[in-house]
Amino acid sequence: MALRDFIDKLLGRQPASATTARQRLQLVLAHDRSDLNPELLDQMRREILEVVSRYVEIDLEEGDVTLETEDRVTALVANLPIKRAKAVPQAAISHAGA
Amino acid sequence: MTRTILICSGKGGVGKTTLTANLGIALARLGQRTAVLDADFGLRNLDLLLGLENRIIYTAQEVLADSCRLDQALVKHKQEPNLALLPAGNPRMLEWLKPEDMQRIVGMLAEQFDLVLIDCPAGIEDGFKNAMAAAREAIVITTPEVSAVRDADRVIGLLNSQGIQPIQLVLNRVRPKMMANQEMLAVDDVTDILALPLLGLVLEDEQVIVSSNRGEPLTLNGNQSPAALAYGNIARRICGEEVPLLDPAKVRDGLRAKLGRLIHTKIF
Repeated sequence: MALRDFIDKLLGRQPASATTARQRLQLVLAHDRSDLNPELLDQMRREILEVVSRYVEIDLEEGDVTLETEDRVTALVANLPIKRAKAVPQAAISHAGA
Repeated sequence: MTRTILICSGKGGVGKTTLTANLGIALARLGQRTAVLDADFGLRNLDLLLGLENRIIYTAQEVLADSCRLDQALVKHKQEPNLALLPAGNPRMLEWLKPEDMQRIVGMLAEQFDLVLIDCPAGIEDGFKNAMAAAREAIVITTPEVSAVRDADRVIGLLNSQGIQPIQLVLNRVRPKMMANQEMLAVDDVTDILALPLLGLVLEDEQVIVSSNRGEPLTLNGNQSPAALAYGNIARRICGEEVPLLDPAKVRDGLRAKLGRLIHTKIF
């Protein structure tokens, strides 16, 4: 964070437009590069959470699945805080998979 | 070995044709036999920026159809005989060239020239793909604006998928004052996002408009304006010379610029 951003925050001002431009670009490019629209990404996020929550109890409020881009490589980043592992019987797994 | 360099941007109006015209002249002045090919034949303008609009008789389409020889279609620049222009086609011809046609015409140019600069049409459709088929390297030009950077990113993706290498970046219309105030994307922002090496920075410069009015590229008459120097430096870098890049923060080294740097120091 630059000094200017910090002062802006203290005064409750809008950040400098270059900062906004950078953030908006990073987001839009992650979508452009992966050819995923926000709707598809949201669907994928819900399905991932659903699958993961069969095995462990996750904090749905804190959980997040996003696209991040660095050096022209886009990664799907899932940050899913685990509350506790579920004791899943073997049968339940095969049932869930069916 | 002839170098064939595509000059592209995705978005229109960011300075492809101006860059092609100025680099063509600057490279020719450095002793390189240079051809500039206007691949945008629907809306061609390279002839106008070079002041050659009244001297075009044939185009690449007539050469490909064997209705004339290549040297009849090439328009030599009078003041800079190392430079020749070849328009790809005539705006009235509706039939588009194919990628193979572009490869053939560039192959013919490669026999006579050291460098072929291909001025791409805007967009990422057929016109762009035809032009790309004929090039081995690329220069992507963009401005520090979100729409131009986004479009440049799309183009870079396509160039990468065709194995075009190297791809270098020219950042055009840089306004140091706005960058210092953080109201314009910084040079590093753009190079980080696009992940390309920077070939040159061109400052916003009114002289560019004056020179296009006259049909005399800035690099033609030893103009010393900021854009003219930038184009000259880019040409020297293309020839392998090491020329230091401009630092926009040092352009206006007054008290305000110093304050500007202080206020943008990273604190955490």
